[in-house]
Amino acid sequence: MSEIANIEELKKLAPPAELRRAPVVEGNQGLGWLTDKLSAFAEAKVPIWWWIAFVPAAFAATVIFPVCLFYQVFTGVGVWGNNHPDMWGWDIVNFIWWVGVAHAGTLISALLFLTRQHWRTTIGRMAEAMTVFSVAMAGLYPAIHVGRAWFDWFMFPIPNSNGNWPQFKSPLMWDVFAVNTYLMVSSLFWFMGMIPDFAVLRDRSTTRIRKGIFSFLAMGWTGSAWQWHNYEKAYIVLCGLCTLLVFTVSSIVGLDFCTAQLAGWHATIFPLYFVIGAVFCGFGMMLVLLTSLRKLCHLENVITLSHIDKVAKLALVSGLIINYIYLMEIFIAWYSGDPYERWVFGHRFFGQEYWYFGWALIAINVCVTQLLWFKKIRSNLVALFVIGLLINCGMWSERFVIVVGSLYQDFLPANWGKYHPTMWDVGLYIGTLGAFFMLYLLFVKFLPVIAISEVKGATPQGDPHHPLGGAPKGGHQ
Amino acid sequence: MIFPKWTNSLPLVLGAVAALAGAGVAAGVTMYLTPKYTRAGYTPVQPVPFSHNIHAGQLGLDCRFCHNGVERSWFANLPGASTCMNCHSVVLKDDPRLAIVRESAANNTPVPWVQVHKVPDYVYFNHSVHVDRGISCVKCHGRVDQMDEVRHDKSLSMSFCLDCHRDPAANIRPTDKVTKLDWQWSTNAAEADRLQDSEGKKLVEHMKVESLTSCSACHR
Repeated sequence: MSEIANIEELKKLAPPAELRRAPVVEGNQGLGWLTDKLSAFAEAKVPIWWWIAFVPAAFAATVIFPVCLFYQVFTGVGVWGNNHPDMWGWDIVNFIWWVGVAHAGTLISALLFLTRQHWRTTIGRMAEAMTVFSVAMAGLYPAIHVGRAWFDWFMFPIPNSNGNWPQFKSPLMWDVFAVNTYLMVSSLFWFMGMIPDFAVLRDRSTTRIRKGIFSFLAMGWTGSAWQWHNYEKAYIVLCGLCTLLVFTVSSIVGLDFCTAQLAGWHATIFPLYFVIGAVFCGFGMMLVLLTSLRKLCHLENVITLSHIDKVAKLALVSGLIINYIYLMEIFIAWYSGDPYERWVFGHRFFGQEYWYFGWALIAINVCVTQLLWFKKIRSNLVALFVIGLLINCGMWSERFVIVVGSLYQDFLPANWGKYHPTMWDVGLYIGTLGAFFMLYLLFVKFLPVIAISEVKGATPQGDPHHPLGGAPKGGHQ
Repeated sequence: MIFPKWTNSLPLVLGAVAALAGAGVAAGVTMYLTPKYTRAGYTPVQPVPFSHNIHAGQLGLDCRFCHNGVERSWFANLPGASTCMNCHSVVLKDDPRLAIVRESAANNTPVPWVQVHKVPDYVYFNHSVHVDRGISCVKCHGRVDQMDEVRHDKSLSMSFCLDCHRDPAANIRPTDKVTKLDWQWSTNAAEADRLQDSEGKKLVEHMKVESLTSCSACHR
């Protein structure tokens, strides 16, 4: 093998160690090794830890979820804690939370692709799957929150004998289109990205059934130059669309609130606030998934500490922007001189009810986030796992503070009313969590969890002009 | 190779089949499941073979001669048998077809008419508001003066109501012409359209007709 010699040559050409970038894949292995490594998990026997995680998730998804869903649909919204004046409760809190979880996935896979960040190749697929599954969970909530789910078709512009037509002036209407577009585009993006890897799994499959399934999914992919040419064009177009959607979807969710004349909601900062909040929440979920899957699927060489460090840094940046927005919200409430605004913000932290969520928001989103400044924390996987979970709890508290905190005590004391979730609220949330993790575990086990072709393209071995890559001797014979 | 070559055309075929099936379902629903089909044309057999054609058409009785509460009430009332007996105590006084009417007048029991036009319980509809603002009977009930047995002529679907509520000027007429079912602005169709447009707007403004399209206008 001439590879050893090549590495020696390379070392002479390479910049000094302190200027060198961390390699995307550690271990400096060949392309064949990467294919084996990255398709190993989808081909191996199902491990014990997978069953331990899958059984409770599947129970929540297939028992708790449908029971809570059907009971609510057949009985009515009254089974939840929603009632005047708290017309929005956990349903909308969880809707925003799930949309938020989705966002980091798109940001990692689409925006980082457009900015040519090679490290995204190893974690992009996992992030996209997170997006698709959580948008599906998010989309469910508004559909049943309307109370009469069988009239959901009213939300779409379908000509009908009732003469109904959607009110296009309402941000709630834009929500329908934004979330549906997001689900459709991110599913397409996710699926299209997997086509070359489906082909890899197809070519490696040993049983006829497996070959049939992956042949179907690979849609006749042969890897010809013509196919790659079209594929990459389509991929970049979808990336552009997805990147825009990161900003539009949560902006529109923010508009649902800020077009209302309610103290605590009626602020121009809301669209930005929701986008950044969503991204922050999504990076929290990314940290949870990455740190655990890296260990469980033995992907230490591919999902390197350097990648996780970068995700943690992005979480820190989005967290700092969120902190700035909190500060601005409070400042504007004071600076506006509006007694209702001041009153609402005071009561977020010192009210009779729900003040604990206000402090949870400060404790986690402001204080815990600062831990990510430290390199020691960013390289400690257990700490990052816990911080990721905490960020998700913190962002859930934030949504609760925004939704219920403004609704339960508005301008007229005669209108005040407390909100308490019922077991059906809690059950449905557990059900969606179960459905999300069940789908995610199925994805991890059966589909290419790392973008095999993209990772190869980001290694020196995949670069034909690199001494280690392409044809023997760097293709310069 | 698992899949033979012909499967390459499968997406196209499936797409075409799905498009055709979608169009078929849409057409089927529109044709057979909307009020145009499910309501219009309903012609129940009435206990008394009363002919609107003879009374309102040939004899020229005004609608309000019998439905006399229509200008004051939400409900276009049916006449009492005594109204019929005004004439039928003399005309066809022993006709067996009128036995139920005579019995009704004598015993003060109602004639069991079968209701033809009925809006659902969740819809508020007021006849007097429409009649007093120049919406003719013919707009919703059709040419009753040409029917022997009353037929549900229009769909009375929600969009049927909304079409008019969104553009009252195109359907309004002078209040004294409301019960003249064959009345037109002009015998010349183009002239009639022009007058409907110009005079309709004036009537809407004059009578302060509001274009009520909020949900709670009808679903109270």
